[in-house]
Amino acid sequence: MTNLAALAPPRRDPAFHERLSWALLALVLLIPSLYATDFKPWVFFTPENLRVTARFIGDFFPPKLEVEFLTMVAREAWRTVAIATAGIALALVFAAPLALASTAILSVSSLPGRMHAIPFAARQAVRLLLIFLRSIPELVWALVFVRVVGLGATAGVLAIALTYSGMLGKVYGDILESGNLHSTTSLLRNGASRLQAFFYGLLPENAGELTSYTIYRWECAIRSSAVLGFVGAGGLGQQMELSMKMFNGSEVSTMLIAFVLLVWLADHVSLQLRKMIA
Amino acid sequence: MSTASATTLGHLPNRAPAQFLRARRRAAVVLIVIATLIAASFWSLNLQWANFFSASSMGRMTKFLGELLTPSREATFLAKLAIASLETLAMSALGTMLAALGGLVLALPASQSPGVESSLARAPVRLILNVLRSIPELVWAALLLISAGLGPFAGTLALAMHTAGVLGRLFAEAIENAPTAPAFALRVQGVPPGRVFLYATLPQVLPQIISYSLYRWENNIRAAAVLGVVGAGGLGQMLAFHMGLFHMKEASSVLIAMMLLVSLVDFLSYLTRRLMAR
Amino acid sequence: MQNSSNNGALRIELRGLAARHPASAASAAPALKPLGLAITPGEQVAVIGPSGAGKTTLLHAIACALKPAQGGLLLNDDDPWSLPVARLQKLRGRIFMAPQNPPLPPRQRAITAVLAARLPAQSLWRSLRSLVYPTGIGEAHAALQQFDLADKLWDRVDRLSGGERRRVGLARALVAPASLWLIDEPLSALDPTRAKLAIDTLTGAARERGVTLIVTLHQVNVAARFPRIIGLRDGELVFDLPSMELTDDRLARLYAQYEHELTGPRTYAAEPNSDNVALPGRIVPT
Repeated sequence: MTNLAALAPPRRDPAFHERLSWALLALVLLIPSLYATDFKPWVFFTPENLRVTARFIGDFFPPKLEVEFLTMVAREAWRTVAIATAGIALALVFAAPLALASTAILSVSSLPGRMHAIPFAARQAVRLLLIFLRSIPELVWALVFVRVVGLGATAGVLAIALTYSGMLGKVYGDILESGNLHSTTSLLRNGASRLQAFFYGLLPENAGELTSYTIYRWECAIRSSAVLGFVGAGGLGQQMELSMKMFNGSEVSTMLIAFVLLVWLADHVSLQLRKMIA
Repeated sequence: MSTASATTLGHLPNRAPAQFLRARRRAAVVLIVIATLIAASFWSLNLQWANFFSASSMGRMTKFLGELLTPSREATFLAKLAIASLETLAMSALGTMLAALGGLVLALPASQSPGVESSLARAPVRLILNVLRSIPELVWAALLLISAGLGPFAGTLALAMHTAGVLGRLFAEAIENAPTAPAFALRVQGVPPGRVFLYATLPQVLPQIISYSLYRWENNIRAAAVLGVVGAGGLGQMLAFHMGLFHMKEASSVLIAMMLLVSLVDFLSYLTRRLMAR
Repeated sequence: MQNSSNNGALRIELRGLAARHPASAASAAPALKPLGLAITPGEQVAVIGPSGAGKTTLLHAIACALKPAQGGLLLNDDDPWSLPVARLQKLRGRIFMAPQNPPLPPRQRAITAVLAARLPAQSLWRSLRSLVYPTGIGEAHAALQQFDLADKLWDRVDRLSGGERRRVGLARALVAPASLWLIDEPLSALDPTRAKLAIDTLTGAARERGVTLIVTLHQVNVAARFPRIIGLRDGELVFDLPSMELTDDRLARLYAQYEHELTGPRTYAAEPNSDNVALPGRIVPT
């Protein structure tokens, strides 16, 4: 005869304790965070700040639409795109050979089995270089370069080139290694040279994904380029920073709108191009 | 040989068919457009390569590099570094948390479940999400600094605003892609939409929501680290300060702290996601 | 049609060679147990055997795509594995291996896929030029025509059927600057007419150029048309005979428990063919 009492479900919610613990943990972490970040929303509502904010936001409408100013904004918007494009172009130049050097696919010495020691070490070194390049925020590079070459677009282009070469290089390597290797291996086994195997095997197999990612990164670079402008690396960002320092709401408003439009346009173009490739 | 030999071919094609030539022409046009864009970018930016590669610039870079390789380990400085690191960590965590909440609130009207007519608010909310995510964190920070003053508070809010846009869109997509059966069952019974969401949709998308938020935290720690450059506190502010005074040794320590912090958050995020998946 | 390496046909010798399957781990048991084999330049050999016999491994080992786990491989009395990597790569250029799964990038056009076989003999610059606009359309066309694929010259590989892709992979042999052809299962996915065309083309071209041809096959009736047959089972060399001496009984023992893999009749009469090869005599049923 079964003991029905023993089969009865627990009277208390078994998950409650665990959920409670998680919630308490979150709270325990939350309070010091509020303190550490100096979280004081009421600061927005002090009379002084309210006045400044109100005037600044008030200046947003209407946005400044004088022709001369708009021409400047258009020119700076183009410069932002140009900085991004030049930066990505340079990044590609570095990333492509680095990516090839970091993959094991084109390794002739590993065709029969394990790679020889020296090529292996060389490949790992290249990988580390790529990781290093992409973990330093581009803003930091920009800060350094601004002090070396001065304010302006050069610092921005170099900063983007360095950071993005790491990003592109690493992802290119990942794409190449995770694609279909059969055709490439077959070419290498039949005596083709490494670069020949790349152009006749690896590249056709992965061209779609590689191009798609590059276009996506170009779009990101446009956003980066605007941000870098804030530390003096040229383009729309630099102008925005100047206007903000002068509390000129209407100028900032126009530039913000221009920036949002620019990002939207780049997003659109990027999407269309990537659809064309697929 | 049993099959026809080459010499008997009457119609040996020595030219490619029209379709192939068209495809090649199209590819050539695309390449030319891209090349023109790149060339125009470099040309219009008037880059100061001479400046970069000049003896004095190279000399400065080498000096910077040398100092960067010897980080400062002075006790009081390290104490400040620790505090700034905690500040940055708190900024990223709190900002991401706020963004997740805000994103969730916005995602509900922004999503369109199949079979349910979309709310009137869908288009405007989507626009808000787009604007939020188009404007980079740094720009938000610069704007908020005007109203909130210097310090990590503005940084936290800036992260929250931008990330809310990103997460809001991701959450909306997750909600739209969730299986509809549970929600449908409740709706058919006449349960109001808010409660349908809480009891049917939310439990399904919760793992994805947490996962996306953790991914954004990884991104936000990097963003938080550099936000300080415009005055939003944390490691970024220390970095900008010391770089401004050309204290490369201290700057180097700050960079190392940044990299350690990024690795820590990457690890914590990975760990949490693994724990959740079990 | 080009005939670029009638000279330098390779003499192959295996001495107690054991090898692991290309896809297996380093600690796995060898797919090929130590075996010895000698193949003279210009010979045509068919390798048969049930699945897992080690046929693919054997081809890979001869192609220098696999380092032997034991024993040695000699090509023209040279151990290829003792060569420096660069010379070994040049040696590989003289060997053409067609794997069972055609190694063709999906978005590549058939003409480029075929002309890719020329790469070992081309400089980088010429190979790149050929990518922009193919140099050697005539060559590729002639090669594909031998396999009844001339009309697919400009089509993308992913628009071709499985059988057509197989034939494109085979057509590469006719363009490659190689004096040793190693073909793995050339007739899989081909219908009987096309299969006959393919094997006729391969054997005919090989004979004309003095190329050594080694083919693995499931279709025993086709294998019987080769002057020499090698039977593998479970990595061991079961027999190495002139095909005239292949009896039904030996065949049955080779494929014991794998009878379903035999394609084509177990006893077979000599088929009329247009080759001038001396036909193997009738099989004597026991």
